[in-house]
Amino acid sequence: MAAQALNVDKKTIWGGAFPPFRASYGKMMMWFFLLTDALTFTGFLTAYGFARHMYPHVEGDPNSWAVAEEVFTHFPFLEGHHPLLYVALMTFILIMSSVTMVLAVEAGHRNDKKGVTTWLALTIVGGFIFLGSQAWEWYHFIHGTAEGVVKPIIENGKEVVKHVHGANLLHNEYGHPLFADFFFFITGFHGTHVLSGVIINIVIFVNVLMGTYEKRGHYEMVEKVGLYWHFVDLVWVFVFTFFYLI
Amino acid sequence: MSDHDTHEYLDFAAISHHSEEEGKKIRKVIWNIFWVLLGITTVEVVLGIFYKDWGLSWHLVKMTFIGLTIAKAYYIVAYYMHMKDEWKNFRMAILVPYVLFALYLIYMVLTEAIYQHEFQKLFF
Repeated sequence: MAAQALNVDKKTIWGGAFPPFRASYGKMMMWFFLLTDALTFTGFLTAYGFARHMYPHVEGDPNSWAVAEEVFTHFPFLEGHHPLLYVALMTFILIMSSVTMVLAVEAGHRNDKKGVTTWLALTIVGGFIFLGSQAWEWYHFIHGTAEGVVKPIIENGKEVVKHVHGANLLHNEYGHPLFADFFFFITGFHGTHVLSGVIINIVIFVNVLMGTYEKRGHYEMVEKVGLYWHFVDLVWVFVFTFFYLI
Repeated sequence: MSDHDTHEYLDFAAISHHSEEEGKKIRKVIWNIFWVLLGITTVEVVLGIFYKDWGLSWHLVKMTFIGLTIAKAYYIVAYYMHMKDEWKNFRMAILVPYVLFALYLIYMVLTEAIYQHEFQKLFF
């Protein structure tokens, strides 16, 4: 890229006369924030791995780890058993909105206000569709199947046999209660990131429309929110693998 | 002191601009990466649905999933987050702490989980 045309002596680069990272303050801080956020999500997913290795799936044991393929099998307007299809659609939506975001950043580098407006608007729409999909999936997970499952659960410190429908923080129709806890916690935390991403995108979108960045001469703010948005997509890639595939 | 005062600080936001022709090339890369990401996701989903019918071992499939996920993560970080265009100093300052800490955490926690599982089987 054009930004690397400047020649600097490798020995003097840390001498204080030149910014050694060659990045603006805002972008650098966004990356450091994303680093800490990535470590948070790594902690969550590793904790999930801990619970998963501690209570592995045992065929026929209703309180062992749930198999995601047998839990998330619904698809809108389709009857029957469709494992992985819905979550594949959600992944597609998020990848698509990532593409529109990076195209908005690219348009920003050409000071193309119209391009930024279009692509950023599409990104926001993609974010809302993803949030809606996640709400739909939570709804089905919480309500569970019509038949439910009769299994021993722990209530007030005693083991009792009960009819369980769907999942909440205490009981889980499909398997170990920890599966539901981790599902709500990790996808919930990711969903909160998507929601805040959409809100920040809207703020930036309004600024683009008002011509704030046109006056400033560059669209670096779009690039910064773009980093955050891609990070959200990145986290989903890992959630998709460790929750739904493995 | 005078050195610092006279130094002309670079406006990094302004020098990241590119021309119409460069933009065309960059857009092409963006769409190519999109097809790569879509392809990897499709492979993952197809493998997830059919691996039992094809008689593949779960361990192999699991490792394939993790490998493909890391490949996807690489493409997103390198091309969509423009990590490839950053200077090496900056790249390393972000990636090295993360990778070291994540690998350490995963190793410690999963080892402990497997031990806990064996422990429970033995004594409860």
